[in-house]
Amino acid sequence: MEKNMLKDENDRVDGFLKVTGKAKYFAEYDLPGLTYGVLVTSTITKGKITTLETKAAEKAPGVVAVISHLNKPPAAAYEQEGGPQMKIFYTDKIFYNGQPIAIVVANTFERATYAASLVKATYAKETFNTDFEKALKDPKAKKLQGQADYKRGEENAYKTAEVKLEERYFLPIETHNPMELHGIIADWRPNNQLTVYAKTQGVKATQGTIANVFKIPMENIQVNSEFVGGGFGMALRTWPLEIATIMASKHIGKPVKLVVTRMQMFTMVGNRPAAIQTIGLGANKDGKLTGITHRAYGETSAYENFTEGVVNMAKFMYQCDNVNTSYVIVPVDLGVPIWMRGPGEATGAFALESAIDEMAHALDMDPLEFRIKNDPETDQQKNKPFSSKNIKEAYKMGAEKIGWRNRKNKPGSIVEGPWQTGYGVSVGVFNANRGKASVKGILKADGSLLLQSATSDIGPGTGTGMTLIASKLMGIPVDKITFELGDSSLPPAPSQGGSATLSTVGSAVNDVCVALKSTIAELAANSNMDATSNFVDVLKKNNLPQIEITKESQGGKERDNYSMYSFSIHFVQVKVNNLTGVVKISKIVSVGDSGTIVSPKTARSQMVGGAVGGIGMALTEESIIDHRYGRYINNNFADYHVPVNADVPEIDVNFINKPDPYINPMGAKGMGEIALIGFSAAVANAVFNATGKRIRTLPITPDKILA
Amino acid sequence: MINFQYLRTTTAKSAIALLGKDKNAKFLAGGTNLIDLMKRGVTAPEKLIDINHVPLKQIRQIGNKIHIGALASNTAVADHPLIKEKLPLLSRALQAGASAQLRNVATVGGNMMQRTRCGYFYDIEMPCNKRQPGTGCGAMEGFNRMHAIFGTSEKCIAVHPSDMCVALIALDAEVILANAKGERKLSFKDFHRLAGDTPQLDNNLKADEMIIGLEIPTNNLAKNYHYLKVRDRASYAFALVSVAAAFEIVNNKITDVRLAMGGVAHKPWRLTASEIFLKGKEASLTNFEQAAQLAMKDAKSFGGNDFKLKLAPNTIIEALNLAKSKA
Repeated sequence: MEKNMLKDENDRVDGFLKVTGKAKYFAEYDLPGLTYGVLVTSTITKGKITTLETKAAEKAPGVVAVISHLNKPPAAAYEQEGGPQMKIFYTDKIFYNGQPIAIVVANTFERATYAASLVKATYAKETFNTDFEKALKDPKAKKLQGQADYKRGEENAYKTAEVKLEERYFLPIETHNPMELHGIIADWRPNNQLTVYAKTQGVKATQGTIANVFKIPMENIQVNSEFVGGGFGMALRTWPLEIATIMASKHIGKPVKLVVTRMQMFTMVGNRPAAIQTIGLGANKDGKLTGITHRAYGETSAYENFTEGVVNMAKFMYQCDNVNTSYVIVPVDLGVPIWMRGPGEATGAFALESAIDEMAHALDMDPLEFRIKNDPETDQQKNKPFSSKNIKEAYKMGAEKIGWRNRKNKPGSIVEGPWQTGYGVSVGVFNANRGKASVKGILKADGSLLLQSATSDIGPGTGTGMTLIASKLMGIPVDKITFELGDSSLPPAPSQGGSATLSTVGSAVNDVCVALKSTIAELAANSNMDATSNFVDVLKKNNLPQIEITKESQGGKERDNYSMYSFSIHFVQVKVNNLTGVVKISKIVSVGDSGTIVSPKTARSQMVGGAVGGIGMALTEESIIDHRYGRYINNNFADYHVPVNADVPEIDVNFINKPDPYINPMGAKGMGEIALIGFSAAVANAVFNATGKRIRTLPITPDKILA
Repeated sequence: MINFQYLRTTTAKSAIALLGKDKNAKFLAGGTNLIDLMKRGVTAPEKLIDINHVPLKQIRQIGNKIHIGALASNTAVADHPLIKEKLPLLSRALQAGASAQLRNVATVGGNMMQRTRCGYFYDIEMPCNKRQPGTGCGAMEGFNRMHAIFGTSEKCIAVHPSDMCVALIALDAEVILANAKGERKLSFKDFHRLAGDTPQLDNNLKADEMIIGLEIPTNNLAKNYHYLKVRDRASYAFALVSVAAAFEIVNNKITDVRLAMGGVAHKPWRLTASEIFLKGKEASLTNFEQAAQLAMKDAKSFGGNDFKLKLAPNTIIEALNLAKSKA
């Protein structure tokens, strides 16, 4: 990566490339003989394709091939029994509206687009249901356990508590909608050699999936994904559309590029599933929680199950001897969901953290005080101490910054004309993970250090974080360090998901640097040099152009002894117009408690991005389906409302920045998820404080305020 | 390929000649809506006449009228000193629409000609009487949160999406139209149509006509005015309800008042009864509230847009309040 223009060592290493357009994203690669694929999608929601008329498309100018279930090109795994139900081009079944049923390949994108419009399908339609609420109410509709029921102490203890509440919360489908559209370029060459330019959060995962579907060796497949224009979870799997493109390339013997449309982003690359949750809370009059019951119902697809950690937080976030949870998934005839930033927990935290606020109100307590009063010293679920947790300090820091003292406990107390002001708080929490990764370090006599790992950077600033870890350990300035990623031929690393990259890959960077230093020290000793000698001098003295070390790194027994989580606190101030129902977020303070902050600028960016995503979840984002047709209504950027600049006030980001002594050598915990988790509840709680109206259905649009 | 003829011309006269009476010909100005419609397969003109080089961009005052050329960009109009000084309501309404990038290329004529943003209109797999007469209205019993509450028909409940047009109807604008025979003037309130039995027709522009520009009489409404747009996010979203409000106060009495709403009908919706009520009265909250109630006579909602029955009068009151507080 080119790193000129760095103003200070904390700058994003690829910032210059990104703002000057030099960072090359998958769709920007041009290969000799490149052809263009466009998908034909189903216009019914459930049934079977009876006929597929492709002749007109095949005859259209520039068309190279039309590929569908009629001519299914070889994909070894799909020819066997088992595997996924929705095997693209190996089934005539329609599982949802907008499912890809053919790919048209032509020598220009426009010709492929036109030819795709000429492919006509007829269907045998079946009755369907895309309405999750309807499926939930229907006793005959299928329901599956999404997670084992959990019980600590007495079940449903809230029902007999001195003060109790039971409320229901609804979250609609959210669609990731990163700026960059999904797609792939596939170049299948003779002898089963394949190169792809992918949009992926894991080059090794993509490589593995392709190897598995086509039954070719991993080493035959080269996956490149140096830059990713936003993922938020949707690029954590290799989607059928990518397999379709590879099939097409194999079939025609030419490279094929496929970039989906914005509309197709709603139907074939997953979403945050809708969820309905009930929370029962019980407390004694002194404000101690005596019972927590969290029951969640999540949407999934009829052809593949999807689960996430919706009810995790209820099990350990608050001190409470009686906790029970359940999580059930309900299939509907839609595309399968996928993890979206803060997966599960963001959904669960909206319900739990709203309910906590409701309980504080019922007790006439300050919700911050209520949380502090019920803050556990140890993890009651795992029965272990927390590896590190500074949540009380975070509460205090955030409260001061937002001006919590100006909040009135009685809702609707701060009024100016039609505008009512309110304050809200909520907590976010996510597993602090550490996986297994390998990093190669090449220390050169020219004073530079090259680090390589097949990890990804979907935007958090992976290269920057890794460079800073190495710089600090090695005493090498950041402009002499290069970190290479997004290439499946590099030493293996897991996909970028679950806020684990810095912890996982960073630890391997740490281990490589430690090993390089000790090798240098040995070389220095062997050549009678001072132990503190500069590595350049040591290499030169030993006539070595470079030394190269690869290290695999993973955690040890510390996870058996400690409960490891990252925490965040979100404070918001809102202004609500009681005539128009408009909610404006006027101030945001987020505090991250995620161990050592390795890369302060990109860490701040993560928190800012999380807050913006949180505003979307709280106020604007909702994917709307007409259940009569099973089709999305607002599948474009004009009607699916991601927050715009005008929706986002200044975001005051703060960190506790204290190392976690156990998790990894850096003491750093992940923070991509906690930046978002809980945020929507802080907004809903602030709206309640402003108006006295409790909105339990997201997003909080003007109509809900006026209702 | 769906082929079409692309023609470019530099005079209104030749543009009109190229148009002829060809129903499959369309003028191309900013293209911010037309190109989308072509991409989605909603429309497929056989002839596109690029009029961007026709000199119809002037903004000037002649006597007591302000003339705006049909090809002036939304940005040029909104930022023009004459408009900001004499017709600030129009400037505010324009700024409330779309995004800066869209406003830079979108024109006055194009803004008037834009089609509804109803999701059923854009999805060619769904029923829509506006796109394909006789197929039914998808929104009537479907997703109709964004839809009309006034002047609806059994065939269509779509709304006109423009902000600019809401200000123009309030300001008594006139539209200058031309065909091969000459020019005619049409009151802005008669330019757009209600859906009725012909929802496919958005306006009364004839097949052989071109929009040349607008004439807007000067007024004393530049002091107390407001354009209030309520929407799902702070920018780049269509109105749930918008209100253009302006009045003149002399000796504590309202002597002239204009009120119009957007996001509520198949055309920009002038609130004549409310205006008549307010004229000669004090600019008080009680009067504003009564005017808002009068505006709601004959309102009808369809489930998803029930909230507009409350939001619309509230927005009228808030817009009037804000117009009053400008003084």
